[in-house]
Amino acid sequence: MTSDLIVFLVLSLVAIATALGMLFSRNAVYSALFLVLNFVTVAVFYLLLGAPFIAMSQITVYAGAIMVLFLFVIMLLGAENLASANTLPWQRPLAAILSLVLVVESVYLIISRAQPGMDISAPEASLNTMDSLRAMAMTLFDKYLLPFEVTSILLLVAMVGAIVLTKQEKGEQKS
Amino acid sequence: MIPVNYYVALSAVLFSIGALGVLIRRNPLIIFMSIELMLNAANLAFVAFGRSFEIQSGQPFFGGQIFVFFVIAVAAAEVAVGLALIVEIFKTKKNINIDELNSLKG
Repeated sequence: MTSDLIVFLVLSLVAIATALGMLFSRNAVYSALFLVLNFVTVAVFYLLLGAPFIAMSQITVYAGAIMVLFLFVIMLLGAENLASANTLPWQRPLAAILSLVLVVESVYLIISRAQPGMDISAPEASLNTMDSLRAMAMTLFDKYLLPFEVTSILLLVAMVGAIVLTKQEKGEQKS
Repeated sequence: MIPVNYYVALSAVLFSIGALGVLIRRNPLIIFMSIELMLNAANLAFVAFGRSFEIQSGQPFFGGQIFVFFVIAVAAAEVAVGLALIVEIFKTKKNINIDELNSLKG
């Protein structure tokens, strides 16, 4: 058993445990904090896969910006604990069984169709230097320039949409 | 050396946990978080396959990472609009339990 594999197994254990913790926390704030830990674990996976830029944007954008927005809304609405209403009695067991089937089936297919020789080794030191970042930027602004610009328009539309949605209408009673 | 299948299997497990979260939780904020988890699982598979291709072909390949970059941007946009919608629903209905949001029911 190589050290790579040990690191991978420990990290995946942490990732799955935090995902389950997110799912089963009673308090929504705890869920958000578990999810932050999960995002950080995935960022470490990106580092193992030789993608330092994606790892850093994962931490800044996901664990930073998006989760702060989530925590802000949770505390703004006081939605830490929602009283459970009358749910369908068979829904939870059915959902659990269906997702268990999904896990078993997909993992079985992925493992059983394994192709030999598609191993991922730990990245060389050269992958974590400026050179790889420069090469990625060259690809992004050369080959993928149009999607990049479309993304900026998408972000602009999302920003305008969020402002329009939460804006108080003129003449509307302040509630 | 880690087979790429391990990464994809981990991604499948995380995706299924996210799907389970969407199905069993009644808090729309936690449903949103589960969707983020599923997006993350897909991103992990993208980067793993990109790295595997890079090792096999022997030259730098950034397609997987750039796609993940776009997915992160789309997730940020989605969260901004979605949370604005949730806040707006809370302001009009004083409640965000999705079992009680059934105004469209005939």
